[in-house]
Amino acid sequence: MTVALSIVVDGIAYGMILFMISVGLSVTMGLMRIVNLAHGGFAMLGGACAHVLTMRYGVPFVPALAASVIAVIVIAIPLERLVYRHIYRFSELEQVLATIGIVFVMIATVNLFLGSTLLPIRMPPEVSIPINLGFKVLPLHRLIVIVVGLLMVTGLYLLVERTRFGIFLRAAVDNQNTAASLGIDTPKVYLAAFALGAGLAAVGGILGAELLPIEAYYPLRYMVLFLIVVTVGGMGSIVGSFIAALGLGILDTAGRYLLPDVGTIFFFLAIIALLALRPNGLLVRPS
Amino acid sequence: MILISTIDIVRTSLGGTGKLLPVAILIICAFAAFWLFPYDLGFLTQMLIMMVFVVSFDLILGYAGVATLGHAAMYGCGAYAAGLFAIHASPDPLLGLAVGAVIGALIAFFSGLLLMRAHGLSLLMLSIAITMVLQEIASKARDVTGGADGLSGISMTPILGVFEFDFIGKTAFWYAFSVLFIILVVLRVLVASPFGLALRGIKDSPSRMRAIGTPVYWRKVTAYVIGGTIAGIAGALSAQITSLVSVEAFNFALSADVMVMLILGGAGRLYGALIGTLVFMTVRHVAASIDPFNWLFVIGFMLLAVVFFLPDGLISLPRRVAGMIGARK
Repeated sequence: MTVALSIVVDGIAYGMILFMISVGLSVTMGLMRIVNLAHGGFAMLGGACAHVLTMRYGVPFVPALAASVIAVIVIAIPLERLVYRHIYRFSELEQVLATIGIVFVMIATVNLFLGSTLLPIRMPPEVSIPINLGFKVLPLHRLIVIVVGLLMVTGLYLLVERTRFGIFLRAAVDNQNTAASLGIDTPKVYLAAFALGAGLAAVGGILGAELLPIEAYYPLRYMVLFLIVVTVGGMGSIVGSFIAALGLGILDTAGRYLLPDVGTIFFFLAIIALLALRPNGLLVRPS
Repeated sequence: MILISTIDIVRTSLGGTGKLLPVAILIICAFAAFWLFPYDLGFLTQMLIMMVFVVSFDLILGYAGVATLGHAAMYGCGAYAAGLFAIHASPDPLLGLAVGAVIGALIAFFSGLLLMRAHGLSLLMLSIAITMVLQEIASKARDVTGGADGLSGISMTPILGVFEFDFIGKTAFWYAFSVLFIILVVLRVLVASPFGLALRGIKDSPSRMRAIGTPVYWRKVTAYVIGGTIAGIAGALSAQITSLVSVEAFNFALSADVMVMLILGGAGRLYGALIGTLVFMTVRHVAASIDPFNWLFVIGFMLLAVVFFLPDGLISLPRRVAGMIGARK
């Protein structure tokens, strides 16, 4: 029983981190329909920025987090205007090639300035205070991650389903010409959605650095993981990504606890079975 | 339009000079490379093996239009099969290639039964997941595969009992080239055959092909098995020539590189695969030896430039240039 509860709690904490990093991808790839392999790149840029601010300049964690997210959005906006705008029209394969090209340039840039070693982010010492849950002792950091993840999924759900921006975004994605003729400024909507996706990636990258450490090759190393979360969740479904991330987090943790030797095989076999049964993901928005 | 262009392609590929010229160029290039870069034979041989691998992917992606990111599955299994066969059964290279081919075909058949039902993103993810499972099995079955240390101790008897593998890699180079050459000839016949035309049809419009009675699913599975056979041969070649197989043969990066090389050169044209491999590997080799830390910049900008300015790949460059000159006149 204790083992089962431990698996659930650890799995949820891991799943929340997966969700936070992948949800931005769910916005760009799921809602905007671009195969954005460079998504992990924005998480890495955010993490690298937070590393420089906290380790070199001694900036406290929370302002550094805010500054890094803003910095990533500032980088993402001109990138969208100059490069991604053209990528939207490409075929899927060309999108793969172009965004892999962008990943390589991002990796090379971080490698040039910071080298290829791990880039740790200093967090305030309070976050490692152990919290006793009765059946399990958990560092405060994990609880913060769980709370922030819950806030994120609620906020995004409300943003996409309940606000004017969400309506504009869904309209622009479904039919760009009709949306434009109704007076929606589609390029601006796309720009805002892209910046949102990049900013979310940066938040996830920084808060998740404890489990998925930041380094130059981060975007390639974890690309598959992020893509799997979005695919299993279903393209364009924020809630689907959330359920998929938690489910995969718990599944992976359970595999590591119970079958340490073959945990990864078990994890990927489960994904194969899931995708074979539900090729469009767990929850797909009916079109 | 599509119909006419397909017939044109078939006609040119069956025409006299159109058939012989690229073959002649290929042989001349091989001899030139052999004489001009005698100290880089190892690298050139790697490139030839990679060409076999990329051409096999061209049949699947370029002709049948099936985009996967797990082509390394068949390559890795072919490599392990050939390596284990050489250690435990027979050190004969050609038998080893046959074993690699059979294992590649079997893996492609069983994974293809599942994969060819999927589309788009879930197809990409399924193919990645299958490769990951195989990689984990290879790294966990330490007693058989050597685990993370890799499979070593592969030694080969002379090819056909005559050509012994030498230290400089001359035999290896011509061995790899001969295999590539034979596979190219087979594939050229294949893509001009009714089966090849059916694959192009499936790529352009699966629903129309189904309407005229083509068993779309089984055609795709067949193409995947043929591609997997050739990928298995490429893996076997690499195991025999480098005398080593590591779990990295299943790396996601390898599958991604193959896709990049193919699109870079131009998918759906066999020679595009060769040009893409040549340019990608040369640029990476040269850039990495000039600046071991920042060569990724070069590769990244090259990919972006190709997607933005040459969407049909490098092989379309002469026609594009000719078109620009023609437009100016």
